[in-house]
Amino acid sequence: MAIWLTESSKVIVQGMTGSEGSKHTGRMLRAGTDVVGGVNARKAGQSVDFDGKALPVYGTVAEAMAETGADVSVVFVPPKFTKDAVTEAIDAEIGLCVVITEGVPVHDTTWFWDYALSEGKVTADGTPKTRIIGPNCPGIASPGKSNAGIIPADITTPGRIGLVSKSGTLTYQMMYELRDIGFSTCVGIGGDPVIGTTHIDALKAFQDDPDTEAIVMIGEIGGDAEERAAAYIEEHVSKPVVGYVAGFTAPEGKTMGHAGAIVSGSSGTAQAKKEALEKVGVRVGKTPSETARLMRELMRSR
Amino acid sequence: MDLFEHQAKELFAQYGVPVPAGKVARTPQEARAIAEEFAAAGTSRVVVKAQVKTGGRGKAGGVKLADSPADAEEKAGRILGMDIKGHTVHKVLVEEASSIAQEYYFSFLLDRANRTFLSICSVEGGMEIEEVAATNPDAVAKVPVSALAGVDRVTAREIALKGRLPEQALEGAAELIERLWAVFVDEDATLVEVNPLILTADGQVKALDGKVTLDGNAEFRQEDHAALEDEASADPLEARAKAKDLNYVKLDGTVGIIGNGAGLVMSTLDVVAYAGESFGGQRPANFLDIGGGASAEVMANGLEIVLSDPSVKSVFVNVFGGITSCDAVANGIVSAYQLLADRGERVDRPLVVRLDGNNAELGRKILADAALPGVEQVETMDDAAKRAAELAAAGV
Repeated sequence: MAIWLTESSKVIVQGMTGSEGSKHTGRMLRAGTDVVGGVNARKAGQSVDFDGKALPVYGTVAEAMAETGADVSVVFVPPKFTKDAVTEAIDAEIGLCVVITEGVPVHDTTWFWDYALSEGKVTADGTPKTRIIGPNCPGIASPGKSNAGIIPADITTPGRIGLVSKSGTLTYQMMYELRDIGFSTCVGIGGDPVIGTTHIDALKAFQDDPDTEAIVMIGEIGGDAEERAAAYIEEHVSKPVVGYVAGFTAPEGKTMGHAGAIVSGSSGTAQAKKEALEKVGVRVGKTPSETARLMRELMRSR
Repeated sequence: MDLFEHQAKELFAQYGVPVPAGKVARTPQEARAIAEEFAAAGTSRVVVKAQVKTGGRGKAGGVKLADSPADAEEKAGRILGMDIKGHTVHKVLVEEASSIAQEYYFSFLLDRANRTFLSICSVEGGMEIEEVAATNPDAVAKVPVSALAGVDRVTAREIALKGRLPEQALEGAAELIERLWAVFVDEDATLVEVNPLILTADGQVKALDGKVTLDGNAEFRQEDHAALEDEASADPLEARAKAKDLNYVKLDGTVGIIGNGAGLVMSTLDVVAYAGESFGGQRPANFLDIGGGASAEVMANGLEIVLSDPSVKSVFVNVFGGITSCDAVANGIVSAYQLLADRGERVDRPLVVRLDGNNAELGRKILADAALPGVEQVETMDDAAKRAAELAAAGV
């Protein structure tokens, strides 16, 4: 098992014909992902060759799903088209929509998040039929099974750790440091102020996943997602969680690379997040390597 | 990007939000000239307001009433050059004085936690809203606003009612709130705040102050926003980095940082500060994310910017090879040295490089074979941070 993305996932790529989209489609295929096609209204009916495998281009997400049985979409379109691309994915009711694009205006993200929650777009329990991961994220990888996004597939191995992180490179760093133990699923939820899948969503899924034994959670300055995750862990997560928070040295009021990584006044600080996590028994590493060490000790003692 | 009050009000005026008439002055003489224009038009009382992007201007003495053009000149002279919470006052807004009957509070903002927009409205304005929320929470209405539904006149009136605005202000406030929503959406703002929103003695509702934050990600469809940037007070290195499309933030330490990925770079700053505790408190000198590609040109530009900072005593290049493998990054560093040499620049401070991830060994070998002067390789991030801090301490 893994969460959200498994060996049976069928993936389409919105923006497959663009330079980033085609580069990463090739990488996803080489990582063993079952990529079944792309979407581009202007190039519908054509096909794109990837090392001898011809992938069809469909006019819409709905058409691609009908033709291929796709249940995951990865979005590589430029920021100005992202709102329309995600809206289309929501309308088609695809199960998972992974938005890699960086630089999406927050009004657009807030709009499509609201749209995903609107009448007819949600399941009986009120959650969107389409799970959105991102924007501004590296995607999701279930090592050895499938890889939807830009996470390098060859830096780690399958295993029993679940990982959720706002940052791409810190995700890779952790996957690499713990490659001997391995991961069930690694989810990069993205560094924007508004994102579709949160730390809490991933924690819940990892808690319910029988193949995940322990969880690494990586956060960074800005907002209060980590504090909320800490409260969730206290109530609902019985599996061990190890944490890391980046941005202790970030000055107030400055955006640190990620659009959402900003300390505003006294809120959103790394110190507050670390304290919130430690208060509920999460061991928080001082450096990424120390965090990996804490997880290694934990897995050895099991 | 945060706007100055006068910029926010100019934006408000474009959307038909009533604001007091006013103009910006950069010298006391200009302030006097503006006050004279108002006096000639029949308004002798003006307000002189410091234009800085921080709160608490009134308490700091940055907002003064003036009864005559001479008085305006004198008050502007006192306010210009003042330091308010680390912000130097370079300009003042000279505005017609308003006759205030009542002061309210209103804002639209992005509610990150709930992933929606929020409007906040209160009959108690003029002070910090956090303070009102703490002392009199019932007087503060927080009304979520759906991005899909937006705010029309009816919704705007409901918000004003929930904020307990009195009957005589309701219609004016509703109209103003509806227009502020247009500002918020059409300008891609993440904050539009009016504090105070006033009811004048003659029954008008006006925005007496304005605070606006714009979303940098929307620049591709907001072509006018670039002109609103405050280049005068931007850090010169940050401005140069921005011109080269580099994601750079100037900090106050001695260890220059170059890395790939926002999270890894943030983490690198922390690890350096942590390691620096053992070396007389060395701290990171900057944030610089060169992104996933890490090409020779980007690396060269990054090194050039980081080394232009005279407080940098050592540089820590921290790269995790993912999609761009370490051999490509190592080749990038080698070519960057050549590029810099071609530009007549010299890397004259020690460089600690940590390469990890895909093809790390090959990358390390390329760098070792190149034997670049002053370049040291350290295998782990923690050890490399220690070494960079140690070198910075030795170079101070």
